[in-house]
Amino acid sequence: MATKPSLLGARIKRREDPRLIQGLATYTDDLKLPRMLAAAFVRSQYAAGKIRRIDATRAKARPGVVAVYTFDDVRGEVGPTPCIIGLPEGRRIKHPILADGVVRYVGQPIVVVVAEDRYLARDAALDVEVDIEPGPVVVDPEAALAPDAPRVYPELPDNLCSTMAVQNPKVDQLFAAADGVVKLRLVNQRVAAIPMEPRAVLASWDEGQQRLTVWTSNQMPHGAKQQLAICLGIPELRIRVIAPEVGGAFGAKIPTYPEECLLPWISRRLRRPIKWAETRTENLLNTAHGRGHVEYVEAAYRESGEVTAVKLKSIAEIGAYPSMVGPAVPSFTPLMVPGCYRVQAISFEVLNVYTNTMATDAYRGAGRPEAAYIIERVMDAVGAALGLDPTEVRRRNFIPPEAFPYTTATGAVYDSANYAATLDRALELFDYAKARREQEAARKAGRLVGIGVAMITEICGFGPSTHADPVERRGYWESAEIRIEPTGNAVVMTGTSPHGQGQETAFAQMVADALGIDLDDVIVLHGDTDVVTHGVGTFGSRGLIVGGTAVRMALDKVIAKGRRIAAHLLEVHERDVEFADGTFAAVGGGPKIGFRKVALAAHLWNRPVPGEEPGLEAVARFEPSATTFPFGAHLAQVEIDRETGELRILRYLAVDDVGNVINPLLVDGQRLGGIVQGAGQALLEEIRYDEAGQLVTGTLADYAVPRAPAFPRIELDRTCTTTTVNPLGAKGVGELGTIASPPCLVSAAIDALRPLGVTHLDMPLKPERLWAAIQGAQGGRS
Amino acid sequence: MKIAVTVNGERRESDVPPRLLLVHWLREELGLTGTHIGCETTVCGACTVHVDGRAVKSCTMFAVQADGREVTTIEGLAPAGKLHPLQTGFWEEHGLQCGYCTPGMIMAAAQLLADRPNPSEAEIRHAIEGNICRCTGYQQIVDAIRHAARLAQEKR
Repeated sequence: MATKPSLLGARIKRREDPRLIQGLATYTDDLKLPRMLAAAFVRSQYAAGKIRRIDATRAKARPGVVAVYTFDDVRGEVGPTPCIIGLPEGRRIKHPILADGVVRYVGQPIVVVVAEDRYLARDAALDVEVDIEPGPVVVDPEAALAPDAPRVYPELPDNLCSTMAVQNPKVDQLFAAADGVVKLRLVNQRVAAIPMEPRAVLASWDEGQQRLTVWTSNQMPHGAKQQLAICLGIPELRIRVIAPEVGGAFGAKIPTYPEECLLPWISRRLRRPIKWAETRTENLLNTAHGRGHVEYVEAAYRESGEVTAVKLKSIAEIGAYPSMVGPAVPSFTPLMVPGCYRVQAISFEVLNVYTNTMATDAYRGAGRPEAAYIIERVMDAVGAALGLDPTEVRRRNFIPPEAFPYTTATGAVYDSANYAATLDRALELFDYAKARREQEAARKAGRLVGIGVAMITEICGFGPSTHADPVERRGYWESAEIRIEPTGNAVVMTGTSPHGQGQETAFAQMVADALGIDLDDVIVLHGDTDVVTHGVGTFGSRGLIVGGTAVRMALDKVIAKGRRIAAHLLEVHERDVEFADGTFAAVGGGPKIGFRKVALAAHLWNRPVPGEEPGLEAVARFEPSATTFPFGAHLAQVEIDRETGELRILRYLAVDDVGNVINPLLVDGQRLGGIVQGAGQALLEEIRYDEAGQLVTGTLADYAVPRAPAFPRIELDRTCTTTTVNPLGAKGVGELGTIASPPCLVSAAIDALRPLGVTHLDMPLKPERLWAAIQGAQGGRS
Repeated sequence: MKIAVTVNGERRESDVPPRLLLVHWLREELGLTGTHIGCETTVCGACTVHVDGRAVKSCTMFAVQADGREVTTIEGLAPAGKLHPLQTGFWEEHGLQCGYCTPGMIMAAAQLLADRPNPSEAEIRHAIEGNICRCTGYQQIVDAIRHAARLAQEKR
């Protein structure tokens, strides 16, 4: 019998796509229930202040308005806003679902208006009068650290949410022995995730069943269910959370937000379903932002180019309240600061700072892009100081392949890598030497052409669960369940909650391949807490490496039971049964039986297998014993217009190493999307508040995201270094691009302007900023 | 106000408030939820439909402005049960991830291919400049549109 070609590693088009390309998918705002109400929020127009008066008389009198609620209505009934990160004693802040007499950021929900449809609700919301006595505002995180700064929470001694510090005495020794030190102040600006689908929630309380169903655009539905139970005081078993089609998330849909908590309460109170869909302005105002770091970095280096030690002070904007996992995000920055390099010792201090701004939380990369940006800027600065090519200085610092598993200066245990091989591949494909020659020629012709380099690694698939804080109420494992139907078809349930990653395809490939059945005979279900075994969710590039490994384990269990049933039917010993290509066969050319016949026998059970239960299904949970560290070498060539400051990307090449690949189509999609999203941060994107805490980037006309014409064809290649952290040998891919492209593009821009004497630029590299740098460097000469 | 609009080839009559946006009429009254709302300000293109054969952002057009005209949405782009070459192209080339921008992106691309059956990469990128995708980085969308152009050429 011919062996079927393996589906693993095959470029298989997605099984999700037919519904999506025909407009047949169902996102939360597409849902409509009988007697459904609409909600609209009245939000704070001030960044800080006391609410003197709320008058909803006119709003309540409008036709179609059903109810108007303020904090007085929800006090003690719903809240506070979920946060699953333990904060130090004495610093635990409870953020109310609706403002409790005090406002702390622009957009904070104060009043919710409930009406028969969204037009009426929004009209009525405009009629609610909220009188606020403005208070002192602090927006800048460094200013917030000053002893006399206005306090976001007057009951706290300062504006610190939490801190983290490690002083390594070895650092001082290495600085004393250094040949040189580079000092940098880096801004990793606050950005917005901008999933194309804004947040949306539909809540429906069933009085007969005494059960709540919440459809929500969320990437962690089981987590949302747990948090809603706590927030609403409803037992978990009376709550069903469904994340239907989710139109992008990027970390910003990890939190369970105030609106998500409030709508179920309203539905239960009014006994009617109620829906709210965020406007894009609300999304920019009140969906968690990402990044927002100021980093003070010092790095000690030797004449050889070796970077020996780093001192880091990270000032991280938490915003006005601790979001779901927000205060944990900055801790990944010092952890990953060593990057691909043998930095011997690191001292760091992380200051998580409250300001009168929207909360920050995970955003694609979550703490690791900040780390990569720090160490890559250090490498470029050291290279420049020593006159070394940026690739050479990195090469001199690489952790060598034979050193893995390698424990870094901050205690991360890297699984496997060969950085030099990946860089070499990138240099070869880029024809780096030729590119440098062309750059030289372009410079002679007066053009500002630069080549940028980034070597990055990141931590994926967080675990083990021994790190989990009880307040998280979840570990770092993931669940999978496989139910084999009597026909032998497979229903797969994953605790991950994919929203574009393509796991319905990747997991179907794994299951079809393992069981020898067709892709069409596998269905992958997710995102419904009534359907799927309790799981954790999709974040931190864990979908395949943790969730997929759970699928692999469930498959192993199904096949093991299938083997026992087959052995009984074939009347041979279990250990003499082999399973390949969908057939259980006795070794040495003995009798055989197909998987589908075994599935039928398992359900028919007319030949019961002693010691076994009928049926063929398995639940598995993968608990990661360690994390994986994919890596990549990225190169970019840019040109900056001397007259306008406009930066054009001429070339961008990425050679990434994500270990084994199940579907290269999906992997490339993740990489391309990540690179462009990261380029958005590098070149365009910036959440800006004015001094009064007013958001000045509140629409997509003011907050610029990348568009198609700005990019050349991005060139991709891969190397493959597998891992033993999981049986798939896969390392994770979701966040590589957004980690790599910001330092790569900034490296290229500084390289372009270096002949003018420019040694530092901050993101985003907007034309006016580059123009000003060119003007400044030329001493005002044009 | 009473309106009569031909939507996906079918005459639909309705009595709508003058301020009702076309996208809300399509989605909420006709149940055509394939057209999405991403910004409500004409910036993102998720709501792109065709009005009298031209790509229009339906979040900044009133339903009453469609009176007497022909509207095509993603649901009506291809005959039932069949895929338009662009839908095939997006599927084959992985031109989508979360899928939220996809219907609008396809409708914008359909206008491009109607105007220029064999567009260059630069022309494709220019044509979809008004449509934001946050997942793909656009490259596979460009490939998808080229794929569709090839398919359409072969059919001729």
